[in-house]
Amino acid sequence: MNPLGLYEPGTSPLHRAPAGAKFLGLLVLAVLVFALPGPVALGALAAVVLAAYPVARIPLRRSRQLARVLVPLLVVLFAVQWWLLGPGLAEVVVLRLLAALAAANLFTLTTRVEDLISAVERGLRPLRRFGVRPERIGLLVGLTMQAVAALSTIAADTREAQRARNAERSVSAFAIPFLVRTLRHADELGEALAARGVGDD
Amino acid sequence: MDGECGGASGLIEFDGIAHSYGDHPVLDGIDLRLAEQRVAFVGANGSGKSTLARMVNGLVAPTRGRVLVDGLDPASDGRAVRRRVGFVFTNPDSQIVMPTAGEDVAFSLRRRGIPKAERERRAAEVLARHGLAGYAEHPAHQLSGGQKQLLALCSMLVLEPQVLVCDEPTTLLDLRNKRRFVELLHELPQQVLLVTHDLHLLSGFDRVVVLDGGRVVADDAPEPALAHYRELVG
Repeated sequence: MNPLGLYEPGTSPLHRAPAGAKFLGLLVLAVLVFALPGPVALGALAAVVLAAYPVARIPLRRSRQLARVLVPLLVVLFAVQWWLLGPGLAEVVVLRLLAALAAANLFTLTTRVEDLISAVERGLRPLRRFGVRPERIGLLVGLTMQAVAALSTIAADTREAQRARNAERSVSAFAIPFLVRTLRHADELGEALAARGVGDD
Repeated sequence: MDGECGGASGLIEFDGIAHSYGDHPVLDGIDLRLAEQRVAFVGANGSGKSTLARMVNGLVAPTRGRVLVDGLDPASDGRAVRRRVGFVFTNPDSQIVMPTAGEDVAFSLRRRGIPKAERERRAAEVLARHGLAGYAEHPAHQLSGGQKQLLALCSMLVLEPQVLVCDEPTTLLDLRNKRRFVELLHELPQQVLLVTHDLHLLSGFDRVVVLDGGRVVADDAPEPALAHYRELVG
């Protein structure tokens, strides 16, 4: 099961903060991550993000799940960047990624997708006069976040089938069924949305 | 049943229906008037039963003929028809569009412009009524297969449809969950159209329509219709 991107119910200040404000905060942080030049400032930013986890009272098991995904990724990335660009730049790249991914994960852990959709719809309402349909964009945001969980499930199932056929090393044994199932899922999801009246407006 | 449709009242009419996927005909010469509260479509794979069921809420438009739901044609009055007809698919994973069970049920109500607090109240009520009390905050994709199918049902029932179409909703469930799901269907006030291979679940149905090769080959009470179907498949 996908360890990222699932809401963790709670009543912390971060849970209670408006989804729109949190989303704007995340965007500002994303800009800062790329604007801050050195490892010291980036390290401080990453530390602030990680310190927000206990503030949000995220259970340790959820933080460990994140660490299990992030740490190997960052270690490999650091090694490759060191080899290609040297230790200084490797440090900067890894700290940028750590701050951005940890913040995005914290956002999804503390924000209901329903609230995010409502915030996006509210925020985009003034653009309606230019032909923008806020409810469509809100739905798109919601489905994108949900797709992370759906695609992770499909990938896990496909990897299991790959192992059952002793084809762990075959790229096509993963890529083809994954692609077929993803397209079928998209088709079925489209039908399910139509059945719920989405698109009738 | 507070919060749900007060009773079956729909009349579903298939008038001279034919349908093809490309050059491949799947339905031909279907004329039916369905007013009973519990109707089942049975037939072998490829017999056209799922295509017929999809026509009820306009997911598939017939190549020839006309479908009417309470006098409304899904081809021209799709929105009004879909407000009357709920649809439950075979695979619940493909129907879940929100991360948590409560959000998924509440999502159905977003299009109706219902305020958030009311959406959440109705979602919790429907979940509780159908055996998912306390699961509102639960990640939907981590529910068991039976619970996911119940969630898919709740996401439809919260819209209070008059008709509920279920396309092989028990195929991926174990026997216990199959029985539980069908028992639940029997308790609903809605008119239910069930597409199924699980013949043993059809006792108590008012009418069973057997399809073969895109045509209706039996249309009767469950016992005689199923006897005909068993004879047909040998």
